[in-house]
Amino acid sequence: MKITHPKDFWSGLLFMAIGAFALVYGSKYTIGTAARMGPGYFPRILGILLLLFGGLIAQRAFRLKGDPVPAWKWRPTLLVLGSVVLFGAIVKPLGMALSTVILIVIASAASHEFRAKEAVIAGVLLAALAVGVFVVGLNLQLPIWPGQD
Amino acid sequence: MDLIGHLVTGFGVALTPINLLYALVGCLLGTLIGVLPGIGPVATIAMLLPTTYALQPVSALIMLAGIYYGAQYGGSTTAILVNMPGETSSVVTCLDGYKMALKGQAGAALSIAALGSFFAGCVSTVFVAAFSPPLSALALKFGPAEYFSLMTLGLIGAVVLAHGSLLKAITMIILGLLLGIVGTDVNSGVARFDFGIPELSDGIGIVSVAMGLFGFAEIVTNLESTEVRELVARKVKGLLPTWAQFKLAAPAVLRGTGLGSILGILPGGGAMLASFAAYAVEKKLSKHPEEFGQGAIQGVAGPESANNAGAQTSFIPLLTLGIPENAVMAMMVGAMTIHNIQPGPQVITSNPQLFWGLIASMWVGNAMLVVLNLPLIGIWIRLLTVPYRLLYPAILLFCAIGVYTVNNTSFDVMQTAAFGFLGVLFVKLEMEPAPLLLGFVLGPMMEENLRRALLLSRGDPFVLLTRPISAGLLIAAALLIVIIALPNIRSKREEAFQEEPT
Repeated sequence: MKITHPKDFWSGLLFMAIGAFALVYGSKYTIGTAARMGPGYFPRILGILLLLFGGLIAQRAFRLKGDPVPAWKWRPTLLVLGSVVLFGAIVKPLGMALSTVILIVIASAASHEFRAKEAVIAGVLLAALAVGVFVVGLNLQLPIWPGQD
Repeated sequence: MDLIGHLVTGFGVALTPINLLYALVGCLLGTLIGVLPGIGPVATIAMLLPTTYALQPVSALIMLAGIYYGAQYGGSTTAILVNMPGETSSVVTCLDGYKMALKGQAGAALSIAALGSFFAGCVSTVFVAAFSPPLSALALKFGPAEYFSLMTLGLIGAVVLAHGSLLKAITMIILGLLLGIVGTDVNSGVARFDFGIPELSDGIGIVSVAMGLFGFAEIVTNLESTEVRELVARKVKGLLPTWAQFKLAAPAVLRGTGLGSILGILPGGGAMLASFAAYAVEKKLSKHPEEFGQGAIQGVAGPESANNAGAQTSFIPLLTLGIPENAVMAMMVGAMTIHNIQPGPQVITSNPQLFWGLIASMWVGNAMLVVLNLPLIGIWIRLLTVPYRLLYPAILLFCAIGVYTVNNTSFDVMQTAAFGFLGVLFVKLEMEPAPLLLGFVLGPMMEENLRRALLLSRGDPFVLLTRPISAGLLIAAALLIVIIALPNIRSKREEAFQEEPT
């Protein structure tokens, strides 16, 4: 038996894993009866369906033909998502201005055309814009500088 | 006739200065993101949803709706000038629109696209106004069993007409339903799948799901490829099409409008499907099909009218049944819920101002777009010359600020990043995120209606099949699956989507 459709194989496994997790983790919610559905009734149906359909998708990966799963380039994923997570963590303590510059510089580094100087300039300009529009203009409750929290 | 009176009410709401302003903001933003590749209406609406908290519900919806149909106008500009669809619904416009631009007819292509869209927008607005009242009157008679079956049909229909593997899409819906019921169960008060995190007991926010799966994932995927965009026409001269072009385009606009209006109502329909279908029809009907792909003006006029008509009529199922048929409408459900409006057939009677105001605003918005779009083309072109390496960090910033301000917690930002990661994984494994989003917004409603239906039947699941309307809806859903699974229809369906680059 050879896996001829890797995308289906892995997505099937992913569905099955989530379904199994929903059943195991959700086992603490009472099922109730059909007439009086408890909080665990609908999630169990969904968990079982996910297991079942995930299994169908995974098994057909041995029959159908498909392209391999494209390689994961980690740099864009890590830097783009990382810059956003970092922004969420530092925007309160450091304020909007600095956090914006940091987000822009880190996120820009995800591109293969990254130019450090340009990214810093863009960061400063966008920080001014973001402070002007969101903090001053829309009056969002966010500090501008560190220590204003 | 009632219709006139209702429309008068609607225009009374839509023409107030504040709502005119929000319609304008929505249309301009929509055109902007339509022009810019790499961000679509779903991510934009997610980004702006938090800023609408303070607005009147009707102003908020008018602005968000403007983003959707504004994007149809903007998307065509990019398709014609850069050969890159700003939106998926403009994919087919690239085929002939770009060829026209190469021949120096960019102006004619752009103006035909805009005028066709405007015409389609006017007709489909009337369509929405005429169709909605009877449909919601019908839906008001539905009990929980019928509603559950209707949602099933809506969800199945939505994936049948989408592309990709049917089985995978249905499984994505189920996953969406599961994500949708995270949080406190309204009946028992039990917090489900909250992992002890207090933020999760309110459920997963739609802003996080949509922005992660549609916004962040798209940016990451774009960065993985190293594509170059090239602008063909920096200066667009001669906006007016010739009389000969006009004569060719006019019937195509009419057909596109009709087709788009009908396809827009179907589950899974909306702008994208409408444009593909219209292109296929124009090619079939043309006496010179060989001109298609070489700069045939019908190939621009038909799909561009159709995508705008479809964008507008896809509001019908949302406004009358409360059922979103595509990812953008799912966002509108989120927006209505945030403003404490339960989408469904009761909206038209309980919130007539909102209902008719929104419909009238579509006509107003279309008028604004056609007036603004052509003179502003110079600005849009300049925007296109901004390199992506400068663009995406800015988009990311606005997303991050938007999602942070939902609850002013960093938890939402982390959650969105997690969905971004999941979104990239979905792209790698060819799993469509749109069905997931539909399931996500319908999850709680579906559980509630199933619960009520089974309570009324004392636990007999066959109530879904013994009540005639419910049974009919379920049979229709089953038939859809069977028909699509038939081998030769399946190949036809794949053929219909073959024009789309992957």
